[in-house]
Amino acid sequence: MTLHSNIRLIARLDIKGPNLIKGVHLEGLRVIGNPQDYAYRYYEQGADELIYMDAVASLYGRNHLAEIIKKAVKNIFVPLTVGGGIRSVEDAAAVLRSGADKIVINTAAVTNPVLITQIAERFGNQCTVLSIEAKRLSNQGWEVLTENGRERSGRDVVEWVTEGVSRGAGEILLTSVDREGTRKGFDIDLLRAVSQSVNVPVIASGGMGKPEDAIDAISNGDADAIAMGDILHYERATISDVRNVCRSAGLQVRSYEQS
Amino acid sequence: MSKAKVVIIDYGVGNLLSVQRAVEECGSEAITSSEPDIIVQAERVILPGVGAFANAMNALKSLGLVEVIKAIAADGIPLLGICLGMQLLLDESEEYGLSKGLGIIPGRVLPVPALSSDGYSVKIPHIGWNSLVVAEGAEWNETILKNLTPGDAVYFIHSFMAVPEDPGVRIADCYYGGNQVSAMIGRRNVFGCQFHPEKSQAIGLRILANFLSS
Repeated sequence: MTLHSNIRLIARLDIKGPNLIKGVHLEGLRVIGNPQDYAYRYYEQGADELIYMDAVASLYGRNHLAEIIKKAVKNIFVPLTVGGGIRSVEDAAAVLRSGADKIVINTAAVTNPVLITQIAERFGNQCTVLSIEAKRLSNQGWEVLTENGRERSGRDVVEWVTEGVSRGAGEILLTSVDREGTRKGFDIDLLRAVSQSVNVPVIASGGMGKPEDAIDAISNGDADAIAMGDILHYERATISDVRNVCRSAGLQVRSYEQS
Repeated sequence: MSKAKVVIIDYGVGNLLSVQRAVEECGSEAITSSEPDIIVQAERVILPGVGAFANAMNALKSLGLVEVIKAIAADGIPLLGICLGMQLLLDESEEYGLSKGLGIIPGRVLPVPALSSDGYSVKIPHIGWNSLVVAEGAEWNETILKNLTPGDAVYFIHSFMAVPEDPGVRIADCYYGGNQVSAMIGRRNVFGCQFHPEKSQAIGLRILANFLSS
């Protein structure tokens, strides 16, 4: 039998100031609650990893996440991936010092692609996650958005992903802006196009409406991991539900029994 | 539980806060330090690390810690290398050319194979939760994996891997793309784990607790 790495089930927490928030198409942000309460709940449900994204940090050039991460590290012993407003190696170092394991960059990488290499050389490729906010174009392909989906970049997603990986990104967080918050399922064409163009893990994000959507993203989109926000926050499913559905479909997930 | 004085070596890389919290969660006190005088007096030492092999060795050298860590290993003080910290225990690494390691456990650090055993390409870095299996000829009973069950999953994130010369030091392996990866090695008082126990929830904490009472 060949043993592969398990598919990762990741809880994604979008943050604004001190709050956990959620929007649709990354806009119309609503406050959900205290991020630490939700993070711990997902940890207990067996989340394989947590992603924190500061939704407005890059807009104001500030980062509110350090305190939230410091709290999380106290009693959450799974990897924490953190992004939003990271503009320099110093910003990345500060976020890592507060307890993050991986750094996510988007806007700053698009405006200054050298930053990807700088962070990768200092902290390693495995620490450097390139976030892509992808918007489907009417003709074909997808465009890279920045500033949490507020700005267009004119860049093609597949080209940018390829460049980002060659510059040192060790993982891709791929968010479909079209599907984000809509519960319509993942953009499978987008996932497949990106997964097949690079040899680093790809995290699918945006649009998960039901646990079965995860199977689609993995089996048909070639995703290595699933990021979930809305579906968890509004308690339409737990991490355990998703794990069970994936396992029943024959996908390999971490064995975990909630205590 | 008795308090052990644990020192986590701080050489500028790695998520020290998480390691420290995990040790505390296991009931021990931990401090982080880059001072040779403090490190040599520790009851137990943890060598964490992320990033590039050569950078890490350079940092250890400039802090005067290479001989300190070798002395700890030789003196029988329990030493646990985590991730890059495990790889540093070996003789040399092929990452970005050839770099010399601490040479505490004979062997080399090589890239994780990008081709599966059946010829398909696999994603690098190896990121995610993977199952521990008993290495060939190993016994977990007397090791810091003593109360684990084969198949228990822990969190890996790496592009290079330790390949010890003596297969007898291998305690646990995992398989990635069908290829064998050394997940945990150990010889007398020196242990290395490629995975992150501090990020592997209850299973990881159990391994850390075993090290802290070893």
